[in-house]
Amino acid sequence: MRKIAIYGKGGIGKSTTTQNTVAGLAEMGRKVMVVGCDPKADSTRLLLGGLSQRSVLDTLRIEGEDVELDDVRTPGFSNTLCVESGGPEPGVGCAGRGIITSINLLESLGAYDDDQGLDYVFYDVLGDVVCGGFAMPIREGKAEEIYIVASGEMMALYAANNICKGVKKFADTGKVRLGGIICNSRNVDNEYDLIDHFARELGTTMIHFVPRDNDVQRAEINRKTVIEWNPTCNQATQYRDLARVIENNDNFVIPKPMETETFERLLIEHGMLDHA
Amino acid sequence: MKKPASIQGPSRQAIEAVNLTEVRTIDLGMPTPAIALPREGPDAAALATALVENYPPKALLKRTKHIRVNDPVVIPQIEANSRTIPGMISQRGCCYAGCKGVVLGPITDVVHIVHGPVGCSYYAWMTRRSQADVPEGEGNFLNYAFTTDMTENEIIFGGEKKLAAAIREAYELFHPKAIAVFATCPVGLIGDDVHAVATQMRAELGINVFGFSCEGYKGISQSAGHHIANNGLFTHVVGTENLPAEQKLNPWRVNLLGEYNIGGDGFEMERLFAECGIELVSTFSGNAQYSEIARSQDANLNLVMCHRSISYMAEMMETKYGIPWIKVNFIGADSTAKSLRKIARYFDDPELIARVEVVITAEMAEVEPTRADVRSRVKGKPVMLYVGGSRAHHYQQLFADMGMPVVAAGYEFAHRDDYEGTAVLPTIVTDADSKNIQVLKVKPDPVEYRPRKTPEELAELAAGGLKVGEYEGMMSEMAEGAMVVDDISHYELEKLIEVYQPAVVCSGIKDKYIIEKMGVPCKQLHNYDYGGPYAGFRGAVNFYKEIDRMVNANVWRLVTPPWKASKTSVA
Repeated sequence: MRKIAIYGKGGIGKSTTTQNTVAGLAEMGRKVMVVGCDPKADSTRLLLGGLSQRSVLDTLRIEGEDVELDDVRTPGFSNTLCVESGGPEPGVGCAGRGIITSINLLESLGAYDDDQGLDYVFYDVLGDVVCGGFAMPIREGKAEEIYIVASGEMMALYAANNICKGVKKFADTGKVRLGGIICNSRNVDNEYDLIDHFARELGTTMIHFVPRDNDVQRAEINRKTVIEWNPTCNQATQYRDLARVIENNDNFVIPKPMETETFERLLIEHGMLDHA
Repeated sequence: MKKPASIQGPSRQAIEAVNLTEVRTIDLGMPTPAIALPREGPDAAALATALVENYPPKALLKRTKHIRVNDPVVIPQIEANSRTIPGMISQRGCCYAGCKGVVLGPITDVVHIVHGPVGCSYYAWMTRRSQADVPEGEGNFLNYAFTTDMTENEIIFGGEKKLAAAIREAYELFHPKAIAVFATCPVGLIGDDVHAVATQMRAELGINVFGFSCEGYKGISQSAGHHIANNGLFTHVVGTENLPAEQKLNPWRVNLLGEYNIGGDGFEMERLFAECGIELVSTFSGNAQYSEIARSQDANLNLVMCHRSISYMAEMMETKYGIPWIKVNFIGADSTAKSLRKIARYFDDPELIARVEVVITAEMAEVEPTRADVRSRVKGKPVMLYVGGSRAHHYQQLFADMGMPVVAAGYEFAHRDDYEGTAVLPTIVTDADSKNIQVLKVKPDPVEYRPRKTPEELAELAAGGLKVGEYEGMMSEMAEGAMVVDDISHYELEKLIEVYQPAVVCSGIKDKYIIEKMGVPCKQLHNYDYGGPYAGFRGAVNFYKEIDRMVNANVWRLVTPPWKASKTSVA
């Protein structure tokens, strides 16, 4: 079983990319579980055809100790298994602690056991690695491959570089490795070259360039992954490609996060300041 | 029972017989000279060096500044109120312990709700042995422990709703006059807003509900919690009620600040004040009721016992209401007499001055036989005191009553002014840790500010030897050559015991059994073990007897501990 976590700046398209890629893997016949690690609990909406009704933490709160795996895990598109950690409303409590509790519960319920026959588990993690709780998927070998979703916008790259610092910290002492950067294009100037260079600086590669396409939004409005909504459109092919790249990826590295100076020089080199 | 009905006070005849001129000549300004150290004692300077020689270089450098050989005349500068070095076993507690455990906890009719996991409340439950004696029909909740029992669920989803429910439930069950809420570590980490909940519940219940952000991790010791407690009481309670007119008839109205009624100390002071005719408006906070503290702005003098935990309140009340403060010490018969005389001299009323003298004479006559008897058996035996932020000073006077020299002493969480006196306050550098604790900006109250003494009157008192708004600190009343160690570590304490071989060590529960395993009796001064009161005249007698019992019973030296017994005797 491959254990993959997807990180990236808030709003960059982690959940969309994850679910569409998972749809591609599922179509290839892989058994995939998606664990949403975001209090908003919207990481599995496209696979489920709507928001999950039972997050792990809500179930735990309502049912107490008497929780079964099927109470918190829902089958989604193409035999995928969907779990949402859930968490507190904004500005209250500790969402990070919630993720720790949630993943521990999934483990004790046997969600990762061999008899589940999983080929992949994907963790879709909220925004930046702000505190220990959000690093949970990369701690203690819970996830072993990290993919960072980025675009050619400066703050997205800044966040990606920061995430690499978190990954490096855990990679030095554990099994977690960076698998690559996924570019979710925003049609920024020189985006391909910039991300490609950025990835190489980090010691990894841009594993796929997902072009911007409004079919993604159309599928989302219909609460579906692109592959389910229109299997023949170009964007569906893009996600199948991304799924195949991940399936075949064997380039796992300890990232080399950049110092601020190096980082800014890279942006300048790729013309980010041209029109300033 | 703030004024026992049985108390008659001195007779008119005795009051009139007092020679006031003679009393006015008694010196109240100079530090009380300490009992000189035994002649055969160790070389203190060499010992100070030896104490730290095994430390790594950085630790050695730091700890050296916390260790001083005393000179009561030219007081050496000591480092205090700074971070304990990681790895050292410290006596210190946490911010929450200082706020809830020490300052707020003893208030009898306030429900104290600890917002946090159950252990924070359970392990602070009555451990200070603050006692209560409340009037018939009034609330007393000291025997209870209230907690929101925060679990993982509240950590994740936030505990504000559970806190509101707990406040509501406590109110419905007990109908207290006020409810105080204390934040523990996890509350600060997850960001529960205890103040917002308090405000909401105040509106809902119509009683005073106030919160304290006293998360245990704040500051570097319980000292931060004292400050936070002072701020909260000052902001939310002091001045919210008025003293009834009949209580204002007596001009000799005082607050007793920093007296927590451990083992009933406060009862003895209540008795003495009643004997003298002094009106005790409120105590902060031993055996105190909420309304007393709410009316404390109507007192005319603040008496500061534990300078460390309550000096903030004294300063703020002086600024806002114009109430001066004096440092007192009711631990020890001689120092109790001195403190009563200070109060009388402040009010400068011949009637009070005479009454105090009559009371002192009568009380001393009761004390003297026991003191003389015990003194004959304990005189000259060395003592070590490592406790708190005031008691290490106060109890030196009680040992002085018995002729016992204090060879080594130090505080656990005090600041430099508690060692060197308030004169050094302007030279204390505020570090980042202290800056994290809010300092309230206080201004004179437009209505209630009423300076109780004019600057001329204060100057006259100072000229007569009464220091108002000053504390001379511990070191001025310690013997020359005595060892002063701040925030002592277990290691240093053991070394000192080995060298000094004290007859008794006074400290707290964290050291007690280590000390006793070394064959030295230990008296806990945080909670008095099972004893008390030790304050005032009757308390002093209790303490003489207790020390006589401990020092002259060789129980710890007669027992051979299993680890020292030979193998054959074990078998």
